[in-house]
Amino acid sequence: MRYKFDFGALVEHWPEFLSGALTTLQMTAFAVVFGLVIGILCAIGRRSASPFLQWLCGFYVETIRNTPYLIQIFFIFFGLSSIGIKLPIFVAAVLTLVINVGAYTAEIVRAGMDTIHPGQIEAAQALGLSQPQIYWDVILRPALERVYPALTSQFVLMMLASSITSQISAEELTAVANNIQSFTFRAFETYIVVAFLYLLLAVILKLAFYGFGQIIFPRRRRLGTAL
Amino acid sequence: MSAAVSLRDVHKRFGEVEVLKGVSFDVAPGEVVAVIGRSGSGKSTALRCVNRLETIQSGEIEVHGRRVDDPALDLRALRRDVGMVFQSYNLFPHLTVAENITLAPRRVRKTPQSEARHIAVEALARVGLSDKIDAYPEQLSGGQQQRVAIARSLAMQPKVMLFDEVTSALDPHLTGEVLKVMEALARGGMTMLVVTHEMAFARRVADRVIFMHTGKVWETGAGEMLAHPQTPELREFLANGL
Ligand SMILES: Nc1ncnc2c1ncn2[C@@H]1O[C@H](COP(=O)(O)OP(=O)(O)OP(=O)(O)O)[C@@H](O)[C@H]1O
Ligand SMILES: [Mg+2]
Repeated sequence: MRYKFDFGALVEHWPEFLSGALTTLQMTAFAVVFGLVIGILCAIGRRSASPFLQWLCGFYVETIRNTPYLIQIFFIFFGLSSIGIKLPIFVAAVLTLVINVGAYTAEIVRAGMDTIHPGQIEAAQALGLSQPQIYWDVILRPALERVYPALTSQFVLMMLASSITSQISAEELTAVANNIQSFTFRAFETYIVVAFLYLLLAVILKLAFYGFGQIIFPRRRRLGTAL
Repeated sequence: MSAAVSLRDVHKRFGEVEVLKGVSFDVAPGEVVAVIGRSGSGKSTALRCVNRLETIQSGEIEVHGRRVDDPALDLRALRRDVGMVFQSYNLFPHLTVAENITLAPRRVRKTPQSEARHIAVEALARVGLSDKIDAYPEQLSGGQQQRVAIARSLAMQPKVMLFDEVTSALDPHLTGEVLKVMEALARGGMTMLVVTHEMAFARRVADRVIFMHTGKVWETGAGEMLAHPQTPELREFLANGL
């Protein structure tokens, strides 16, 4: 039997698709910003002199990277509510994303920091820069420039993985699609549209990251080569 | 007149290994002192103790009256006064030449952006690289990178400059341009402590030469000392090169 495509039934649902896509983008934006902060702090923690900090950051990174994201979502969502903390679903979903992507970001940033030659740090010390200044100007900036491609593809992956937060009914793109197909009984068409929308979001993100990279990494812009 | 740099019976250990075994010497203001010696004799270590990249176990180090071995030392004040140039240049690869030079003035001396550019221009003029102000380190030759590293140090207006084998990583035809810059600095009255394998440079430019051997100052004297070594160790070192 031949399947007859009918996208017509979906047309009237475009505002929902749009709002789902925007929610996905919003979640991604929050998760990128906070995930990056956590990742950087954690990467610094793993290089710190304190064994406790090293252990704490290592424990977090390895735990997150070695358990399924869906389980993390349930753990955080139901864990929080069972101890009486009720978060709006959007916030809970973003929280799980941040915790998840923070661990991957930490590993990437740490790898970038490990490429900084100790001589660079000595030169900065000899110039009288303070430890925080050295971290910012001499370690973090070139490290981030070096791992920027890995970092941004991790963020795109995370945007795609945010689809899983539909499991706790976050109103993002996948949840919207689930809804629409249950009204319209046009599952195949709905998921084709959603796949296309995710693809579009990924392209938009990549372009945005590329543009942002050109702005914050002037060396890369001028020379066009990797650091 | 008090010394710009003075070391008194300095002992330095790495774990069990004693690398400096009672090193003492002075550098007068405006003096250029060359430190020579075999690999592993403790030259770099002695230099790195002066700006406290290494801490010592016993003895005294003073830089312009400031006790370097004092745990309560204001490290950043010391390092404002003491510039250091390394064998491997250590320019910051993500910053332009101008940014490399102005990073410390902006961060440490809080020099405003507008003035910082002027500092870079002046420092680069002193090393003859004014046309490279907006280049990135990777666009420069080794000799040019090392001259930028010297300019970067000079921009902090140090009272003392430390040089640790700054030409050793360079192709022979590039060492000359770096040595010329250093010679000009020396003539300009900079206090310099220079670890080097360039005997001709030590002889011509240094006011005094210190020969280190097995963690001690073995022999010291004016440049002619290299023509008339007193100890068999220096004689052998000069005969066999490095
Ligand atoms: N961070 C360190 N940890 C342990 N040992 C060290 C360290 N730095 C230097 N040493 C040891 O101290 C000794 C003196 O080293 P130093 O670098 O001062 O010698 P040098 O005279 O500068 O030699 P070269 O001409 O090869 O540069 C060497 O035996 C070296 O292995
Ligand atoms: Mg050395």
